[in-house]
Amino acid sequence: MNQAATTESEKDILEILAKHGDDQGGLIAILEEIQARHGYLPEDALRTVADETGRSLVDIYGVATFYHSFSLEPRGKHLVSVCVGTACHVRGAPMIAEEFERQLGVGAGETTPDREFTLQTVNCLGACALGPIVVVDGHYFSNVKPSKVAGIIARTREGLDEIEVETDERVFPLEVNCPHCNHSLMDPARPIDGLPSIRLTISFDNQHCGFNRSCLYGSFHIKSQIDIPTDTVLYFFCPHCYAELVSASNCTECGAPMVPMVLRAGGMMQVCSRRGCKSHRLDLEGVHV
Amino acid sequence: MINLVINGLNVSVEDGSTVLEAARFLGFSIPTLCHVDGLSPYGACRLCVVEIGEGPRAKLVSSCTYPAEEGLKVRTASARVIRARKMILELLLASCPQSKTIQDLAAAHDVRQQRFKQEYEDCILCGLCVRMCEEQMMAKAIGFRGRGEKRSIGTPFDIKSDVCRLCGACMYICPACQLRCTYNEPEKAICGACANLAPPCVEKDQFDDMMCYMDPCVACEIQKDK
Repeated sequence: MNQAATTESEKDILEILAKHGDDQGGLIAILEEIQARHGYLPEDALRTVADETGRSLVDIYGVATFYHSFSLEPRGKHLVSVCVGTACHVRGAPMIAEEFERQLGVGAGETTPDREFTLQTVNCLGACALGPIVVVDGHYFSNVKPSKVAGIIARTREGLDEIEVETDERVFPLEVNCPHCNHSLMDPARPIDGLPSIRLTISFDNQHCGFNRSCLYGSFHIKSQIDIPTDTVLYFFCPHCYAELVSASNCTECGAPMVPMVLRAGGMMQVCSRRGCKSHRLDLEGVHV
Repeated sequence: MINLVINGLNVSVEDGSTVLEAARFLGFSIPTLCHVDGLSPYGACRLCVVEIGEGPRAKLVSSCTYPAEEGLKVRTASARVIRARKMILELLLASCPQSKTIQDLAAAHDVRQQRFKQEYEDCILCGLCVRMCEEQMMAKAIGFRGRGEKRSIGTPFDIKSDVCRLCGACMYICPACQLRCTYNEPEKAICGACANLAPPCVEKDQFDDMMCYMDPCVACEIQKDK
């Protein structure tokens, strides 16, 4: 089991290295990707990178220890960064950091024993007017007070990707049609996020089923008749004309084909066909607003 | 050829020379610590400061990294240079007072006091050992790690490096770390050379008496016992 896990992660790294090719300047990008995949930089991974790219381990280790964003220790599922830069400091950031330390039971730079949270302090996030700032997994919390800390931790445990449809101004509903038969794909019978969902048929691994996704741009809620493993590339079909929805272009983030849908108001929406990839594109060319 | 003026004397040197090389060619002595012939210039210790330019535009540069320029006016021992050099030595003494090299340099430059908080570092981060390992020993076993006040020199992950041959060159070249020798702990990261040195004929039977340089020979004693 352990052996299999090692080779699995090594395969991962070889994949990342193959993607970056022989570009000599790409070391930081490679390390970033490994860190994104594993949460930290395992020793074996650095050795593999050294062997495969022909760089010396000393150089790679030097880069990995130089930058604050790289970690050689396993990190928790959620990364909490409390800004203690000058502007945040005068607005009470040390109190925030202390409150996090007290509630999580770990000091700055440490990970909780259950591997859920890693707490770190950073020196400036460049958003001083909004201070004190706390960033959790890329989500910014501004004007944080010690009383808000418990709420931030609770929201993180629930999942930060949950979108508050009523309050978040960045999400808005879309109505889409099939690009082949121009039949509406909206499905009022199965609402998601309180609005009619987008009905599609999917197939993967010789399985076919109905699939609904939220019509809110920015929401990633789905309903599927069968469980879809993360990272599976799905084939999407129109439930009316049975034509496959596939775009000529590929996802810029993971390389899977994009799925096109025509917006009723004009223009195109494209979403990535890989389960779990959140890449999407709104193409409003030729639309007169 | 490039013509420049050092301490009022004209000198012409080849393209690509540094100010330090030009000054030494004329016989002006400039003290150095992190500069060794055969290793790339690094400019870490700043002991080789010289003053270039004239009047209010004069500035201090490290001569070991500054390329000789046409018409450059260099002073290697102006009052400002001497003052800066003494300050650098004082700071080096504050961080690493046990180093014989630094003590000697301080004595030679008439540094008689040390006004800073006394520390006892075993490294001044001059990078000599790193360059030695990479450029002369072709190993790249040690390098810089971390940054800022946490910057240090050592092997990756602080374990014995696969590419380290225990040649000991890093310790040979080091001006500061006489205290770092880990002679009887061969598993320690940087060196354990003296504990690991074995005459080559013990493992490879290819040296005969004529080639042996050891007297008395340890290997012969071992073989005699067998």
